[in-house]
Amino acid sequence: MFDISSHKKAGSVKEAISLLKENPDAKLIAGGTDVLIKLREGKKQFSHLVDIHGLKELNFIKKDGDNTIVIGSGTVFSQVIESDIINTHIPMLVDAAQSVGGPQIRNIATIGGNICNGVTSADSASPLFALNAVVSVKGSKGSRDIPIADFYLGPGKVDLKHGDVLTAIKISSENHDHAFGCYYKYAMRNAMDIATIGCAVNLKTKNGRLQDYRIAFGVAGPVPMRCPRAENMARGQALSSRLIEDISQAVTKEVTPRTSWRASREFRLNIITELAKRATIKALKRAGEELP
Amino acid sequence: MTDGHFRQISFTINDRERRLRVDIRKSLAEVLREDLGLIGLKQGCGVGECGACSVMVDDVLVDSCIYLALWADGKQIRTVEGEARDGKPSKVQQAYVDEGAVQCGFCTPGFIMATTSFVEKCKGKNVSPGDIRKAHAGNLCRCTGYQNIFTAIEKSIESD
Repeated sequence: MFDISSHKKAGSVKEAISLLKENPDAKLIAGGTDVLIKLREGKKQFSHLVDIHGLKELNFIKKDGDNTIVIGSGTVFSQVIESDIINTHIPMLVDAAQSVGGPQIRNIATIGGNICNGVTSADSASPLFALNAVVSVKGSKGSRDIPIADFYLGPGKVDLKHGDVLTAIKISSENHDHAFGCYYKYAMRNAMDIATIGCAVNLKTKNGRLQDYRIAFGVAGPVPMRCPRAENMARGQALSSRLIEDISQAVTKEVTPRTSWRASREFRLNIITELAKRATIKALKRAGEELP
Repeated sequence: MTDGHFRQISFTINDRERRLRVDIRKSLAEVLREDLGLIGLKQGCGVGECGACSVMVDDVLVDSCIYLALWADGKQIRTVEGEARDGKPSKVQQAYVDEGAVQCGFCTPGFIMATTSFVEKCKGKNVSPGDIRKAHAGNLCRCTGYQNIFTAIEKSIESD
C-alpha cells in the first residue's frame, strides 16, 4: 500500500492547475513510474496527489502547420516508439525511448515525467537538448515556453512552480528538418538500467561538411548538457575521421562527470569519448554520409 | 463517491464486469490479489523492475505493483487466470508447459502475460531473437531458466 493521504483526479489541465493551487502540498502524478517508487520508499512529500494519469489532452504527437513537432507531455515512450511522425523526423528520440526501462515501463512512463523528474540520466533529455526543444508550461497565470536547457535548474530541480503543469514538448522545423541524429546509451545492462552515460548528436551536413553540429550528454554533469565549444569547433569542418577524433577529445574539456557507485569519473570520461564518436558516426550514416 | 480512502470503481476483469470499492492507496496488484483473490500475479520487487506482477490493462502490458488500482476504472484487465479457455491452456501457456519453462514458478504468470502481449503485438511480423529478448527485458527469472522460457516464446509465435 502507498502512503497516499489524498488523491484528486484532474479531468483537464485547467482542473489540475486549480487542484494544485488548492493544496500547497499536492504533487502531480502521471505515469507513476517515479512518483509511486518514491512513495514506496516512504517519501512523504508525495502523499498528496493530483492525478493526470491518462489525461487525453496531454497525450498526442502532432506536426503543426509550420512543421513544428509537438509531443504532449502525457505521451508514453511506447507511443513515441510507434509514432510515424517521430520515426520519420526524429529517429533519435525513438533510440532514446527504446532504451528506457523495459516494455512495462515504456508502456506507462511519460516523456513529460521523464523531463520533470529533473535527473541527468533521463534518456529523453539529452536528445531534447540536442534538438533545442522547447517545453510548454501552463500555470494559473497562463502559458510560457522555456528552452529545455533553461528548464533544468539543478539536479532534480526544474523550472516548475507549484501549480504549473508541463503540457508539451516542441521541436521546431529548423531543429529537425534535414537534421540527422542518434542517441547512444551506455549502461551496464542492455535493458532495465540507468545510463552510465547517454549521448545525443544532432547534425546537418552540406557538401561534405558539418553545416550544424550539436552534441549533448546525460550523466556527464549534474544536469543534461551540451558541449558548445566542441560544437563551435566542429561546425563548418570537412567530414573526416580526424574531425570525429577531435570532437571526441574536445567534449572531455567541457563535461564534468563524477564518481559514483555506478562508475568512476575516469571510466565515464572514457565512455564519453567513445560515445561521442559512435553517436556522431551513426548520425552521419543516417545523413547518408560516408567518412572519407 | 469518495469515502475517505475508498472509492467506487468498475472494470472488467478477465471478461467479467466488476464493481468494487477500492482503497485509493492500493496498487492494482494488491487489489487483484487481496480483494479479488487473483493470486497468479506475484509481487516481487514492488518497484517495476522484475515483472512478476505483469498484467494487461486494455491489452497493454503493465507492472500492476506500480499502477494505482484507481486507474483500472473503466478498463479491461487481463491476468494469467483468464488466459485459459474452457479449461484449455492458451497457446502461450501450453508452450511454457511443453518446454518446461517453469522452475519455481514465481515469475511464470508475469512472463505468460509478457509473452501473450508480445505475441498479440507481433502477429504477422518477423521476429528476431533480439526482439524476443527486448520484449521480455522487464521480466526477471531468479532461477535463471531463461533458455527454456526463450524456447517457449519462440514456440508461442509459431503459426498454427
